Amino acid sequence: MREIKAKQITETVGNLCTKANFDIPEDVMKVLRDAHNREVSPQGKDVLKQIIENDEIAHNEEVPMCQDTGLAVFFVELGQEVHITGGLITEAINEGVRKGYKDGYLRKSTCNPFTRKNVGDNTPAIIHYEIVPGDKIKITMAAKGGGSENMSRVMMMKPSDGLEGIKKYIVERVKESGSNPCPPVIVGVGIGGTFERSAIIAKKSLLRPLDVPNPDPELDKLENELLTSINKLGIGPMGLGGRVTALAVHIIVEPCHIASLPLAVNIQCHSARHKEIII
Amino acid sequence: MGEVIRITAPLTDDTVSKLKSDDSVLITGVMYTGRDAAHKRMVDALNRGEELPFDIRGQIIYYVGPSPAKPGKPIGSAGPTTSYRMDAYAPALIKLGLKGMIGKGWRAKDVIDACIKYRAVYFGATGGAGALIARSIKKSDIIAYDDLGPEAVRRIEVVDFPAIVINDAYGNDLYVKGVEVYKQI
Repeated sequence: MREIKAKQITETVGNLCTKANFDIPEDVMKVLRDAHNREVSPQGKDVLKQIIENDEIAHNEEVPMCQDTGLAVFFVELGQEVHITGGLITEAINEGVRKGYKDGYLRKSTCNPFTRKNVGDNTPAIIHYEIVPGDKIKITMAAKGGGSENMSRVMMMKPSDGLEGIKKYIVERVKESGSNPCPPVIVGVGIGGTFERSAIIAKKSLLRPLDVPNPDPELDKLENELLTSINKLGIGPMGLGGRVTALAVHIIVEPCHIASLPLAVNIQCHSARHKEIII
Repeated sequence: MGEVIRITAPLTDDTVSKLKSDDSVLITGVMYTGRDAAHKRMVDALNRGEELPFDIRGQIIYYVGPSPAKPGKPIGSAGPTTSYRMDAYAPALIKLGLKGMIGKGWRAKDVIDACIKYRAVYFGATGGAGALIARSIKKSDIIAYDDLGPEAVRRIEVVDFPAIVINDAYGNDLYVKGVEVYKQI
């Protein structure tokens, strides 16, 4: 067993929260620059220029690139040979969120769903745990803003809807979202599992770097086909019209019940903030 | 997209009538911020016959919940939030003299109709460009609903705040027009 102190997890999580909000991942920036080069709509091109400039300011001045610094979502791969000492891992992560969001001047956005009263420290974090072999912990933090999250859906399709039904629903979902989720978007798709599992894998698919193709050649083909269809919608950057509506489509597929065909579409805005660390 | 037009806030009827969908503008002057919870409180106050926390006539409301200001800065990151959540409240405020709204995303027909009837405009700003937009905000003071945290109402002073006219006072909608030009399916 390898011992890892809860305090170290808190410290790490605090840093992840601030860094994820200040620094756009390099793969996303590269795709945004490509998008700026190929966008033909003048308004769309200007929006992409503003986004690139914005992300550079955020990095240089260590300020959040977007004021919506999100709910703090974590994907944690916990090695089963790890022994955490000095506290509970979930509490350690939440303490890291409190610290990171305070020290980094990040916006606290969690509230009571009924009274809408702000919790004040951006907890609780949304944490997805997976037990894996080994004696390390991999923590990935994703800051998920409300505007794009609100445009996401889980749809329990009928098995007879098949691939054509799935494709149609995904493109239609992006079309209906229009300008709301801050296009150009990244479309995370989860197919299979159960109702809740499809949503988790849709979100998890967004963690794959934009320059890494889907390891399954069939899914890679499907992702490219969907991206082409979505970019024909004409929505463009911030919905002002243009050729770049999405930067990528990412899909994860898992087996499902014989009666079911769960489909989740998790929309990610251009401000695709996530950062990981292995302890 | 033509030349960039410089306008002053608060807005006059004359300025509003000159603005057309697809115009790029730089706004200088005073505006107010407000989003979900603040809008609900303002409209609840009106329904009880109470006054709004500021004189709304001629004003622009910027739909934003900024991140906290770093020491020495007037405001943190301050990009627009999605506007449709304010659709239930906007027509009542436009009727009282609100002349401009800044946010992102499409508006309900009621809001667009109110813009035509009472002469108001809806501007879009670049969502996610909070660090860039914050540079145009020179001063920010909370004037109401302090307990709402990021959703409190602020009076802000801006210089060359970048926006685009989405819905003008004539019923034009850039979200419809713009997409029509580029759609291929």
